[in-house]
Amino acid sequence: MTAAVVTRRRPVRRKVSRGAAYAIGVGVALVIVVPIVYAVLGGFRTTGQISARPVALPDPWVFENYREIVTSGDFWRQVFNSVVIAAITLAVVVPCASMAAFVLARYSFAGREAVYIFFTLGLLFPLAVAILPLFISLRTFGLLDSWYGVALPQAAFALPTTIIVLRPFFRSIPAELEEAAAIDGCGPFRFFWRIVLPLSRPVLATVSVLAIVTSWNAFLLPLIVLNSPDLWTLPLGVQNFSTQYSSDTARILAFTSLSMVPALVFYVIAERQIVSGLASGAVKG
Amino acid sequence: MPPGPDGTLASVERRAVPSGSPPTPHPDAGRPVALSPVGRGRVGSVWRKRATIALFLLPAVALYILFVLVPIFQGAYYSVFDWNGLAPLTDFVGLDNYREALADPDFLASVRHVFVIVGLSLVLQLPFALGLAVLLNRKFRGRAVLRLLFFLPYVLAEVITAVVWKLILQPGGMGDRTLELLGLGAFSHLWLADTGVVLYTMFLVITWKYFGFHMILYLAGLQQIPQELQEAAAIDGASKWKTFRHVTLPLLGPTIRISVFLSIIGSLQLFDLVWVMTGGGPLDASNTMAVYMFDRGFQRSRFGYGSAVAVLVFLLCFVFALGYQRFVLRRDVRGALTSMGAA
Repeated sequence: MTAAVVTRRRPVRRKVSRGAAYAIGVGVALVIVVPIVYAVLGGFRTTGQISARPVALPDPWVFENYREIVTSGDFWRQVFNSVVIAAITLAVVVPCASMAAFVLARYSFAGREAVYIFFTLGLLFPLAVAILPLFISLRTFGLLDSWYGVALPQAAFALPTTIIVLRPFFRSIPAELEEAAAIDGCGPFRFFWRIVLPLSRPVLATVSVLAIVTSWNAFLLPLIVLNSPDLWTLPLGVQNFSTQYSSDTARILAFTSLSMVPALVFYVIAERQIVSGLASGAVKG
Repeated sequence: MPPGPDGTLASVERRAVPSGSPPTPHPDAGRPVALSPVGRGRVGSVWRKRATIALFLLPAVALYILFVLVPIFQGAYYSVFDWNGLAPLTDFVGLDNYREALADPDFLASVRHVFVIVGLSLVLQLPFALGLAVLLNRKFRGRAVLRLLFFLPYVLAEVITAVVWKLILQPGGMGDRTLELLGLGAFSHLWLADTGVVLYTMFLVITWKYFGFHMILYLAGLQQIPQELQEAAAIDGASKWKTFRHVTLPLLGPTIRISVFLSIIGSLQLFDLVWVMTGGGPLDASNTMAVYMFDRGFQRSRFGYGSAVAVLVFLLCFVFALGYQRFVLRRDVRGALTSMGAA
């Protein structure tokens, strides 16, 4: 009898809860999407249209804002600077971190754990806390107002997470492989380069993607390092554009929307790496 | 993650053994060799091993010392001087900067604001993220799309988020108008200009931007919980809520503790969003510690004082992290085991 009751009741209940799940999910999705769509559509309106009717479709559609930004050099130069800085950061942090993680994973030596802790302590030094003395150091090194002044500290501050994610992966590579390589006269360098790195492609992709996202969105460090507009990255450009044209909402929205595009494209392509990287970094670290 | 599909492993092994030489059985075959293949007694190889280790560690260590450690220690040094960042460092003031900061109501207010945001995050943002993770952990059509959308704000730059929300929340802007259309016009506020409201507005934007990150962590944690446990609880007659409360939640413990940790550390260093949206204003009502430090250090050229504030922020992070490690994270292994026994 109970079984009969259960079978009769369940489908209804399940339908209700599924309906509720959809309602919540779609509701939250709307809260996420609406501001972004507002920005994109706002770029196709005039500021007059926006202040007269804040919630409305473009009427008529205006292409002037976007056209002006796309045809002016500023936007593209900022995209270029952001790309170059992300590339330098990547080119520095991934080799440095993987070499260190390789030794920390596969060699036993006195002080190994101390070195590992030395790196993981870096998680406690957020860049924001070090920003004032970092500025002085960069000035001393003559790195102010240059790509490297942003990229090198970024790479240094990305070392802890990268090493934390890489080490367990390198450790899981079977020892037999290393023996076999050693028998064939393959030294540590060749083993690292020819075997460990190719095997680690997925995890290397993950840490690279994380480093790129962090670099791409960085604001505080570029803000203090990059003085000349020629070197500005996209976040600096957005911030500056929004103060320069503070009365022209439509233009700001157009500029902001355009500067979202690279990140969104990258996200859609690399979603798996971003998600798995964050999860594995946090769960293991 | 496993090291690549089997195909890669096999092909690498094939490459590693040149076809010319017959595969000679190695004396150590089958036995797990000490982590290092080098260093089997010969003196030269010991040194070679040491050199290898040093060489591999060198670039990372150098980069780390140069750009992370040196600035931190320098900051501690600057913090006992009255210094504008340019003149020679001569005006030693001892702990005066610290005394001034700890007596400055603006600084104390910025600390309080950060604690408000931490509190709200723990009470509202993280449970919200957990709820959505549980929702997305069920199988239904459109789940992947929702996950993609929920996580999207995390990938957008803080500056972009701040600029868009600032425009939405301007008086009579899209935010207010939407509330009116929904019949909630009475709720509209001077979101960013009212000193009593701005901090909560900030919290809403922070939630918008970061809940997806915590949701992803919880999802990863949920997917590691074996389904059998929940099924067993259901067979024993546990309701859905009871199963969640007594089976899922305890097993999710480690993930939740990590997410709480990251949320707090993140809040302690909050800068970009606040700086772009309000600059800490109006009347310092949305100031955070990092904004305060930046303002005093760079805007007012008080590098010594700013460094002292940075040291205080760092100490706060450090004490919190150590305490958390000691009292909360330590329980993880035991906690997981005992709650599994209880279930």
